[in-house]
Amino acid sequence: MADGTSGFNIKPMDQFTVKPLFGGDVVHWYTPTNVTLWMALTVLAVTALMVWGSRGRALVPTRGQSLAEMTYGFIYKMVEDVAGRDAVRFFPYIMTIFVFVFFANVLGLIPFAFTTTSHIAVTAVLALAVFLTVTALGFILHGASFLKLFWVSSAPLPLRPVLALIEVISYFVRPVSHSIRLAGAMMAGHAVAKVFAGFAAGVGAAFFVPILAVTALYALELLVAVIQAYVFTILTCVYLKDALHPAH
Amino acid sequence: MDTDANAAANGPGMPQLDFATFPNQIFWLVVTVVIIYLILSRVALPRIGAVLAERRGTITNDIARAEELKLKAEAAAAAHDKALADARAEASKIVEKAKAEMQAELDVALQKADAEIAARTAESEARIAEIRASAAEAVEVVAKDTVHELLGALGQKSDGRSVNAAVSARIKQGDAA
Repeated sequence: MADGTSGFNIKPMDQFTVKPLFGGDVVHWYTPTNVTLWMALTVLAVTALMVWGSRGRALVPTRGQSLAEMTYGFIYKMVEDVAGRDAVRFFPYIMTIFVFVFFANVLGLIPFAFTTTSHIAVTAVLALAVFLTVTALGFILHGASFLKLFWVSSAPLPLRPVLALIEVISYFVRPVSHSIRLAGAMMAGHAVAKVFAGFAAGVGAAFFVPILAVTALYALELLVAVIQAYVFTILTCVYLKDALHPAH
Repeated sequence: MDTDANAAANGPGMPQLDFATFPNQIFWLVVTVVIIYLILSRVALPRIGAVLAERRGTITNDIARAEELKLKAEAAAAAHDKALADARAEASKIVEKAKAEMQAELDVALQKADAEIAARTAESEARIAEIRASAAEAVEVVAKDTVHELLGALGQKSDGRSVNAAVSARIKQGDAA
């Protein structure tokens, strides 16, 4: 689409470039980059919602406090319903994952923003952290009997080895799908929005058509941002449930 | 794929696959997530949890108190109903009694009045009888005088004694008729 020779000069992927904030070309591991900036803004947004919003500690909550309480209650109930009552001790970790992904996704929708969760490096670290923690937790809590997770005892005996193979493969695919789903959804939406925006500059008098398309797409992207945060969190809960209750 | 075309046209291709930026992203991600975790677990979550627990407690207490007050109100309503029924019974008793007293008084007064009426009637009858008797006497005298006068006017000598006897006989005859 953007082959340089046409009238369109669209670079939909440029928005994902990691750049140093204060000049220079080299990105060291410690360099403050646009990643740093937007992650810092995510921290600010989380603090605004959860700390500043609940500062009144009111019995009858204000609007801000209601939002903080609703977020708290939403994730708390999700952990309780999906992963079980004894998973509630992991609630702070799951809450951290949810608010980080949620605000990173939503802040990324601000025009000219950098979407940290559109990078596989970020989502893969999160997904791997979940995967390793859950696996370690399974072995710590249940020892070798955690492996029963792969042994479908309700299936006929001859089928069990085959099912076990499938279960093991699907178990190790989890972090891959977990991370690529989020990064892919965020990246695709932003790239498409950028392409439409580029059309608006290139098509002259018909500019309103792509602008309307971008507007509609933006609403869809907002939905995707929220849903992907929800999906990432609920999958974390599902994996945690497997570690806590490995028996099928 | 698009990415290949981009890579050809724009140089870097997918920035997501630029592994040189991975350490930077991972470092800042870890910093961010740790900060968010500390903010949530140290400040936000305990605070919100405490507020929610307090609210739940307050609501439970309020409901219990409301239940208690409701029971009290029901007891008060029952007492009120009972008092009302008692008062009503009392009132009807008083009305009954007053009615009976009035009836008794009325009976006495009626008897008295009847007696008086009977006495007056007897007296009146006696007077009427007296008047009637005197009237009859007067009629006899007047009749005798009239007969004497008539005889005198007709020029006949009236025999006082026979005239009187005849008149008396006629009057008695008239009374009998």
